[in-house]
Amino acid sequence: MASVTKTETAAAGPGTGGAGRRPAGGPRRIPRWRRSARPYLLIIPALLLTGGILYPFGLGLFYTLFDYSAGKPQPDMVGLDNYLTIFGQDAFWRSALVTALYAVGATAVELVLGVGVALLLNRSTRLGRVLEKVLILPLMIAPVIAAIMWKLMLQPSVGVLNYLLRPFGLGDVQWTDTPTGALLSSITVDVWVYTPFVAILALAGLRSLPRSPFEAAAVDGAGWWFTFRKLTLPMLWPYVLVAVIFRFMDSLKVFDIIYALTEGGPGDSTVVLQIRAYLEAIRFQRYSFGISYMIILWAVVYLMSMVLVRYLGRVQSRAAGVSTK
Amino acid sequence: MNKDRLTGIAVNAGLVVYFVFALFPVAWMLILSLKPDNQLFNTYFSFSPTLDSYRTVLGGGEVEGVPFVRFFVNSLVVSIGAVALSLLIGLPAAYAAARWKFRGSENLMFTLLSFRFAPELTVIIPLFVLYQQLGLFDTYVGVIWVLQLVTMPLIVWIMRSYFTDLSPELEQAALLDGYSRTRAFVKIALPLVKPGIAAVSLLAFIFAWNNFVFPLILTSSNAQTVTVGALSFLGGDRPKYNLTAAAALVSAVPPLVLALTIQRYLVRGLSFGAVKS
Repeated sequence: MASVTKTETAAAGPGTGGAGRRPAGGPRRIPRWRRSARPYLLIIPALLLTGGILYPFGLGLFYTLFDYSAGKPQPDMVGLDNYLTIFGQDAFWRSALVTALYAVGATAVELVLGVGVALLLNRSTRLGRVLEKVLILPLMIAPVIAAIMWKLMLQPSVGVLNYLLRPFGLGDVQWTDTPTGALLSSITVDVWVYTPFVAILALAGLRSLPRSPFEAAAVDGAGWWFTFRKLTLPMLWPYVLVAVIFRFMDSLKVFDIIYALTEGGPGDSTVVLQIRAYLEAIRFQRYSFGISYMIILWAVVYLMSMVLVRYLGRVQSRAAGVSTK
Repeated sequence: MNKDRLTGIAVNAGLVVYFVFALFPVAWMLILSLKPDNQLFNTYFSFSPTLDSYRTVLGGGEVEGVPFVRFFVNSLVVSIGAVALSLLIGLPAAYAAARWKFRGSENLMFTLLSFRFAPELTVIIPLFVLYQQLGLFDTYVGVIWVLQLVTMPLIVWIMRSYFTDLSPELEQAALLDGYSRTRAFVKIALPLVKPGIAAVSLLAFIFAWNNFVFPLILTSSNAQTVTVGALSFLGGDRPKYNLTAAAALVSAVPPLVLALTIQRYLVRGLSFGAVKS
């Protein structure tokens, strides 16, 4: 920050123009190039530190062009073979499908449940005000710890869930021992951890909505469902969308919940893409191959986040435009 | 009147259903962790409670081959270290991004945000190879560095939103009084966003603490953290459910306590500044 000296004015601040007065005794001006370089000088360390990560990312991208593995420390250049192999593999498409099912399923349930809980809490019953204080609890428990907790409860023979279900004649559900059961159990843990996230954002949205449209609707005798569909939901959408973006992007790259709960099993039925990359790169030590998996997932996540964030920007500016009218 | 009461009952019923789902697992962990060894599998809700599991887990020695207390301390060290480093570097960056519109500023910010959405393994696998060459594998420095991916985007994005909300007039007045920009930043702007800094630090600490995949792959025994350690209780031939439950609860305590102290700021934090309350 060598460029910052006493003679500096606020000229660089937005909206101040260049008309700042200089204090007496400070005739020296900072060269323009140093002034315009300053924001970069301040931001670049942060980027370097996180971008110190960009180097390994680039390195990883480079590795995918080789057949680097523990068994082959002197790798040969193989071009795009890793990617072609992956796209030709059934295992890849199975993983992609399971990842998509997981992400869509978890996000959809969390969205409906989270908005539902927010609507109930927004009624501010006495019970609701008490329970709101512990709403955050599951979200603050590490997902891997949550998965451990559920794993203990889901044990078929000694777990507490089957014990509680026994009176209803459902005493031996094989929770994580069937492919469908394992996927649904993983989604359940995800829902348990992250529903509060959606609920908290939706509740903040509900509390910030203007009152007058609702009063007008009540005067006109509009029903609950009509009000919800025509007023609440459209105005709440920017808030909910933020939650959906975060949840969908994050569940595409789920790792810890599945690693702790099912380890990808039974068979490879819950091996989502990040687990597949982990198995290939760390367990089987086929580094190049594992990284290629991740590059593919990264590309998908990156493109989706760009599209969604743009869309969010449009929705938010539209919402801002509406509320100022 | 009658209809209102019915609605109230329906609302409460709905809330009870959800919160039983949300709270039962935690309650059950508490029960499991209080069970003595010989009542683990033959009873469910009636047993003679004991704190033995907590004594074993927090005893300091190795439990089932897991030095739990050391992992707990490791988690503290790397989480605090990661947040401190991110604050030191991230606060000036957030300030710059809030105060000056410059070429590419939005792109730089989105690049930073994209680190938040990048699948962790994309960078971990090359890092795994790189760290072994650099001698950073299984060290505090290595973990603190990689945790910047978690803490830095959070701190820069949220603090930028706080700095943007702050009117620049006070700093401009200070500049006219002969303050340097650095001094205006440190003496004027920073104190005004102190609540924001406190909240975002705690939130970043929680996310760093809860992270699993980085320490799983980039540490082995020296710098391993509590999230990885808790999972190793499940290994072995005779799983000790009561110890696992106690370890799970103990490792969840720091984030839970911190979260309750910053409830008011959570919305902005969780949404990276996209939603303000």
